[in-house]
Amino acid sequence: MSELIDTAVAERVLARALANGGRFAEVFAERRRGQTLAIDEQRIESVQSGAEEGAGVRVVDGNTTYFAHVDGLDPADLERAADEAAAALRSERRDPRPLQAREVAPLPIEHRPEDVATARKAEMLRELDERARAKGAEIAQFTASYAEARREVAVANSEGLFSGDDRTRVRIGAQAVASREGSVETGAETLGAHRGFELLEDDPGQIAEQAAAKALTLLDAVPAPSGSMPVVVGGGFGGVLFHEMTGHGLEADHIQKGASVYIGKLGEQVAEPLLNAYDDGRLPGEWGSDAIDDEGRPTQKTQVIEDGRLTSYLYDHLTADRDRVESTGNGRRESFRHLPIPRMTNTYIAPGDATPEAMIAEVPRGFYAVSFGGGQVDPATGDFVFGVSEGYLIEGGKVTRPCRGATLIGNCLDALAAIDAVGDDFFMKTGICGKGGQKVPVGTGQGHVRVRAMTVGGTER
Amino acid sequence: MTELSATARRAVEAAADAGASDAEAYAAREGGREVRVHGGEIESLTAATQAGIGVRAWIGQRVGYAYGTDLSEAGVTAIAARAAEAAGAADEDPFAAPPQPAGFESLAGLSDPSLAEWETDRVAELALTVERTALESDPRLVGVETAVYADADEQVAIVSSTGVAGEYESSSCYAYLQALAEGEGARETGLGFGLARGPRGLDPEAIGAEGAERALAMIGAGKPQSRSCPVVLDETVAASFAGLIGGGLSAKAVQRGRSPFAGRLEEEVASSAFALFDDGRDPEGPASAPFDAEGMPRRRTALIEGGRLRSYLYDTYTANREGGTSTGSAARQGYRSLPSVSPSNLMVAPGSLSLEELLGEAGDGVLVTDVAGLHSGVNPVTGVFSVGASGRVIRGGQLAEPVREFTIAGELVGMLSAVSAAGAEARWVPFGGSVSTPPLLVAEMAISGS
Repeated sequence: MSELIDTAVAERVLARALANGGRFAEVFAERRRGQTLAIDEQRIESVQSGAEEGAGVRVVDGNTTYFAHVDGLDPADLERAADEAAAALRSERRDPRPLQAREVAPLPIEHRPEDVATARKAEMLRELDERARAKGAEIAQFTASYAEARREVAVANSEGLFSGDDRTRVRIGAQAVASREGSVETGAETLGAHRGFELLEDDPGQIAEQAAAKALTLLDAVPAPSGSMPVVVGGGFGGVLFHEMTGHGLEADHIQKGASVYIGKLGEQVAEPLLNAYDDGRLPGEWGSDAIDDEGRPTQKTQVIEDGRLTSYLYDHLTADRDRVESTGNGRRESFRHLPIPRMTNTYIAPGDATPEAMIAEVPRGFYAVSFGGGQVDPATGDFVFGVSEGYLIEGGKVTRPCRGATLIGNCLDALAAIDAVGDDFFMKTGICGKGGQKVPVGTGQGHVRVRAMTVGGTER
Repeated sequence: MTELSATARRAVEAAADAGASDAEAYAAREGGREVRVHGGEIESLTAATQAGIGVRAWIGQRVGYAYGTDLSEAGVTAIAARAAEAAGAADEDPFAAPPQPAGFESLAGLSDPSLAEWETDRVAELALTVERTALESDPRLVGVETAVYADADEQVAIVSSTGVAGEYESSSCYAYLQALAEGEGARETGLGFGLARGPRGLDPEAIGAEGAERALAMIGAGKPQSRSCPVVLDETVAASFAGLIGGGLSAKAVQRGRSPFAGRLEEEVASSAFALFDDGRDPEGPASAPFDAEGMPRRRTALIEGGRLRSYLYDTYTANREGGTSTGSAARQGYRSLPSVSPSNLMVAPGSLSLEELLGEAGDGVLVTDVAGLHSGVNPVTGVFSVGASGRVIRGGQLAEPVREFTIAGELVGMLSAVSAAGAEARWVPFGGSVSTPPLLVAEMAISGS
């Protein structure tokens, strides 16, 4: 952290930020670098790299936050941001507390991706392309992308906190298009982590095969059914169901603004006793993990549902202050150009004791949503929607035909209460979550989960 | 020449020094502010400045890109060198060539002086008025989740080794709110919004009233019956679909076989009631500019007219592949991104019917006022979609009870072919990109509810 700002500069910036008053001031400095490349039409293209640095300064006075951000990390840049943030205040100057540096170990990175030659990354993408096309002549198109990003951050505030983190993430994505006699289908798969290039030293090519297999499967698909029925949701990215259905509604800013269906539900039974769920920003190497949140607080594991009871909301510094509780380490921001707000890290339903086979066998007619393209919720009304990227019919307790064009739709509290089985086959997947115009990496996870009844919106006539 | 153009020129020269056979630099500087209000108080006030440069370098037929925020001489030199290095890692592409200058006409009216003239206190009052108007409209309007005013003033300069050179400045602002209404044991939300070049072009009372009306109208909403019926898409929903169609008309998607419109030029893809244009110079258009993200002139292009597919959208690269010319459709998300094909302002042609007349034509059906899950519920390659929706039942040509938690499903070309009328009044909507559209009547659509 001392590399980004030294203590004396940070103290001076905080003092300037409080020159016209305010109960809290903070400076967040960041250096971000990244590289991306892609393969399309069997050609390496879109090779690009970026380097940005800058800082955001905020001053809180009463219920108002004053925020300014600038490019550059020279002391003069930081002071300019502090002056701009303080410009609208009209109170007595306040003095920040002396900074107490707190060293937090960043997540370990074995093999720095910036030390790997671009040619090797290109070779890996070529291998993905070959592996996907080897799945058959019906694979008409294949694209894959590689992205690495490093964010070095430092945060100092007027309460004396001074901390930093050094985060490296690597992610690859594959998309296959399969075609047969005029019918065209797509399949996608991703692999990502808060890790270095070691993530890709095992067998990255399998995601290309998985994407191709999904697209090929859909060539035989029938239009998805419509109506209310039991739904079995697959493991891993199936956890986006819980992320949208419950996670967003637990973010304390929604709660405090009256815009969540979970208001007043703390301590209440909102799900069957078989359900336990967590937000955990400390899971080693996971996509949504960091050593500290973007307000300098060490990340933590927070149980949000215990035996079906709602046990915690997710807080950043300001919303925690307002409820007179401790922050749960969920203050996150996309970059130094954004204010921190309560965000999920890695959110998951803990493994249960059912097997996927058994929970499917109990369904006479239903829908099996293996994975989603994404989802969306309005936390205030609780209405949610998910696009199913791979789904099947369940008939007579067996998975039968693949379906295309299915969407799951429902309301949070009803659907959460309708989860009647949780599988033992737990794993995590990566996602990019958007809220208030800010995108952050989040992990989602679960084993298979069964919902007693949910509306499937298909295209079947 | 401004400082920004001079910086871009230095970057182009530095790229050549680093081994690029050609180079292009796109530099942008932006100042902006945002006010969020809640409960009659300012929740946050943001002042933002940023500047950066993106350099595209060619080494023969290989292309690379690099960007950064360090605009010092050393910084720009380093960015240019990284761009040349990136080009070295790309494969050769026979159609990769730097754009040749094609000239452009300047475009007046892109900047509104009221942006600079209105002090922060005054735009904060605008945001507070948005919120207050909603809160005072009805006792069932119990809160506003957030009310926002934001603006930006942007300068852009582009310079290339082939002689492309241009710069412009434009301003923009918007305000919106998410209103909360309560009734019959449930909460409902409603969005109100407005866009303009400067704050004097926004009507805060109208924005607040729209959010309140939309939220109040949803009180007591239930699920509609599953069926096929006439559907009226309001402007916000029509804009989201127009954005999906615009994406499918990108020549890149078409050439790579990833569009439902691939191979259908001059074929019938819509009813004659639906006409779509891309217009990068419309004076009202939020995305208007004299030239696109690689310096080619913006223009008006008929995409779908008389029910037939008239043209795709091209940048220089996709035009090269077909031996044609760019339609001025290169776009970027600022200096951080490579240019790629994207619509500028999509404009759906208005028809002749008022909203009441559209509802009358629909007879018995559904008015859809909101859709959700577009990023996951639409297959951009096939055009098959199933998305979450909410709105009002239409009975006997009149608006009846509100409905939610249902899906509308179909396939894009099929939907366009079923458009039987367009409303007379178009509106600019910030969904699906930058879109001007009237409400649309679709004769038949599949609805899945209870």
